[in-house]
Amino acid sequence: MPASNRPFFRMGLFLGILSFGLLLVGCYPTHFQSTFDAAGYVAEKQLTLFYYIFWAMAFVFVAFFVALLYTVLRFRRRQGHDEIPRQVHGHTPLEIAWTVPPFLLLAVVAVPAISVLFELDTPPADAMEVNVIGHQWWWEFEYPEQPGILTAIVTANELHIPVGKPVKFTMTSTDVIHSFWVPKLAGKQDIIPTRKIVMWFQADRASPEGGFYGQCAEFCGLSHANMRLRVIAEAPDQFEQWVKGQQTPSKPAVELAGLAAEGANLFANVSFEGGQRCVFCHTVQGQAIQGKVGPNLTHVGSRGLIAAGILDNTSEDLGTWLQNPPGVKPGAKMPNLLLTDDQIEKLVAYLQSLR
Amino acid sequence: MAATTGALGGFLARPMGYTGVWGWVTTVDAKRIGVLYLVTSLTFFLWGGVQALTIRTQLAQSGLTVVSPGLYNQLFTMHALTMIFLAIMPMSSAFFNFVIPLQIGARDVAFPRLNALSYWIYLFGGLLLSAGYLTGGAADTGWFAYAPITEKTFSPNKGMDFYVLGLLVLGISSMAAAFNFIVTILNMRAPGMTLMRMPVFCWMTLVTSFLLVTAFPVITVALIQLLFDRYLGAGFFISSRGGDPLLWQHLFWVFGHPEVYILILPAMGVVSEILPTFSRKPLFGYSVVVFSGIVIGFMGWSVWSHHMFTVGLGAVANAVFTVSTMLIAVPTGVKVFNWMATMWGGNISLKTPMLFAIGFIALFVIGGLSGVSHAVSPSDFQQQDTYYIVAHLHYVLFGGSIFGLFAGIYYWFPKMRGRLLGEGLGKVHFWLMFTGMNMTFGPQHWLGLDGMPRRIYTYPSNMGWDFWNLVSTLGAFMIGVSLLVFLYNVWRSFSHGEHAGADPWDARTLEWTMPSPPPLYNFARIPTVHGRDPFWDQKYATDRSGRTHRLPAGAQEHDGHVEDVQNIHIPDPSYFPIFVALGLALAALGIAFHLAISVVGVAIFLIAIYGWAFEPTVEPRAHH
Repeated sequence: MPASNRPFFRMGLFLGILSFGLLLVGCYPTHFQSTFDAAGYVAEKQLTLFYYIFWAMAFVFVAFFVALLYTVLRFRRRQGHDEIPRQVHGHTPLEIAWTVPPFLLLAVVAVPAISVLFELDTPPADAMEVNVIGHQWWWEFEYPEQPGILTAIVTANELHIPVGKPVKFTMTSTDVIHSFWVPKLAGKQDIIPTRKIVMWFQADRASPEGGFYGQCAEFCGLSHANMRLRVIAEAPDQFEQWVKGQQTPSKPAVELAGLAAEGANLFANVSFEGGQRCVFCHTVQGQAIQGKVGPNLTHVGSRGLIAAGILDNTSEDLGTWLQNPPGVKPGAKMPNLLLTDDQIEKLVAYLQSLR
Repeated sequence: MAATTGALGGFLARPMGYTGVWGWVTTVDAKRIGVLYLVTSLTFFLWGGVQALTIRTQLAQSGLTVVSPGLYNQLFTMHALTMIFLAIMPMSSAFFNFVIPLQIGARDVAFPRLNALSYWIYLFGGLLLSAGYLTGGAADTGWFAYAPITEKTFSPNKGMDFYVLGLLVLGISSMAAAFNFIVTILNMRAPGMTLMRMPVFCWMTLVTSFLLVTAFPVITVALIQLLFDRYLGAGFFISSRGGDPLLWQHLFWVFGHPEVYILILPAMGVVSEILPTFSRKPLFGYSVVVFSGIVIGFMGWSVWSHHMFTVGLGAVANAVFTVSTMLIAVPTGVKVFNWMATMWGGNISLKTPMLFAIGFIALFVIGGLSGVSHAVSPSDFQQQDTYYIVAHLHYVLFGGSIFGLFAGIYYWFPKMRGRLLGEGLGKVHFWLMFTGMNMTFGPQHWLGLDGMPRRIYTYPSNMGWDFWNLVSTLGAFMIGVSLLVFLYNVWRSFSHGEHAGADPWDARTLEWTMPSPPPLYNFARIPTVHGRDPFWDQKYATDRSGRTHRLPAGAQEHDGHVEDVQNIHIPDPSYFPIFVALGLALAALGIAFHLAISVVGVAIFLIAIYGWAFEPTVEPRAHH
């Protein structure tokens, strides 16, 4: 193949890869964080806008590459043709003319873009309120008192929302900048310390087993990659049940028996490495001391995941976590408390009783 | 003469040699400084590439542990800093130095010693910026270094200090060089070389230089505020103290977006030289290309908040920056049209420089088109901080800047060395790099839209990202192989390449009128310029019917008078630039370690400045 024909081949290859990529979009809609699988109003609007731009740019792309390849191939120097081409310096009408199409094309894109921008900017008035607090490296969700939620709920890393109802998030951070992102529900929004930033989304279908995936999108330090979350979108009656569950106090320590009771005692009263006690950092409703540094664990047993969504909430994974938290999530603020296997077994039993 | 001896003559006799290591260390010749810039920036480019390959190896599959999370964060931060400040910018400077005086018909730049100073500050500043690797960790907060993670509370180690000090020092280098080239281009053009007859590369250098002198003060302010925060507890970027982390973002991107054009405009200039030469046609619509370059430079100031669409500035601000960002596509599109029209109807020789120039256009356009999808803020909400952006920026900066600069290396290497780079190896280099580039960054568009965020050191296996990450990593290694081919080509051609002669490409501008490499004084006679393609017009004539034919060598016109080469006064070498730079770097280093080092640094700096001030540019020669 002569060198001058090879651009065709390479471009073909590239277009091939691109279209194969697009094909995959259709084939695997279950990619957990795919922006192509919008499950809510906001994400759908943003996706529609993206497709619109995509096709406009795809048109330009094809037109441009056809023109480029045609120019290079047609006017390439052939052996023995050493002539000097006409020395054309420019063509004013042509130059004026071709500033127009880019303007038109951009106008075509700009109009829907601006209208979507303003439409999505204000949350609907009937939205449910949730406060989001970003921490290095986990998410705190707070449902303030509002119609349908009689007393405030505090949970971590797993957000429950009812299908079909807009949710308004008021977000802040306790340390550095984070970014709240659940691709199937909406684009991201940065979270800035001491500011209160608002965004909203709505799930239009229930989440699959395990919820919609999300993760922090703004670099926030050592475990940025491990700052994940899940959104459980469920039918309104299921959501009500979840709310009820969260508002029912978990079993008081005195009613527990066996391992769980011993675990409750460890949790509340025993000082580990460095004089640390579990309650110094974690809240469990009903305990005398209620620390606020780490996630609220009042109903930790009811969650599917722990450690900002990087481990399942099983006895085994909980044990792994307790053995050495920074080993699982580098930089985690919870230190290695040098727990014995026996202590871990008891603590796991206690934590799993908190449903 | 008396002045020099009066100052420091006792222990620092003026260097007079042009050979050996000291000849290079004390040189003030723009051509040599250009070569120094090129060699240093290529070295940093390879170092940045090693960091990139380490990153790609870590991400090749889910859950790999090639590097620790901490080191990974240093790598992606330093990869960006290395490539932007230590590879692409100085590689452009290499061409400014080597090519600009030759293209405008000058014997040197306006301030030769300041020029040497810029280089030495760049070298020392680059080492300072990278020094964190040796002192317990380089900067690890991303090159954008969003406050408050850069504050002492969250980043207590020295890496962040080296980020601040390194960039401050490098800023001095860039500003000094930019002032130098502004004055050189405005004041030192040969007779008849009006502004609108300058080669486009000179124009883009001029625009870039103005961007540099206006953009760097902004980042300098931000860096000094950060320095105050870290050392004096000032709290400029700490919200609980009345400061604002978003202040950093605004200052950073008010600098950062013009910086993007600082990276791309020189490459556009290079390409605007190469396309006409290899198409054997003048640049189509010269004034429009120049004007759109200027417009891009201006508009580069009005788009910074498109880096901040997701920080919550509100719909009005986002709408304004959406529109201003989209508008910048117009002058850029116009440039592309003009490049295409330059090739149209030409007699296109597909030599390696031309391949890289065409590759530049192709890849840059892809980067521009993907740019439109995140210029539109609601669409960007999904793409911001994902691999889609990584793909976009590499199409623009790797496919754009790097391809443009490699086009320049293949184009001007013969002028620098007197020998051509191997054409066969050059083609192998191009096709490997072009394929590798698309393999690396093409799939990243998809990964980003599939929800893969940037700056994550690992990802779980169930996300469906493994396959395309592997492809991307293989592509990155293909780029690595292409660079080995390039290095081999340089090594072989350095002493065995085909002799270039003065004008190997049948080019159009003044640098090709000189022997390769050009003599120290550049022009024996300062040429008089009558048009935009002065050298072409010497070689070719167009008759009444519009047919262009080559003039016989004897009939080629030469004007200007030949001076006695012995009488040409060119600036003499000097020790002072490297000492001033060293003093400055030590002063900065001391801030991070111990103020005693700063005191020594400032002392060296002051003494060297004093000596410099009393040293004449050209040493009077007794025997003349």
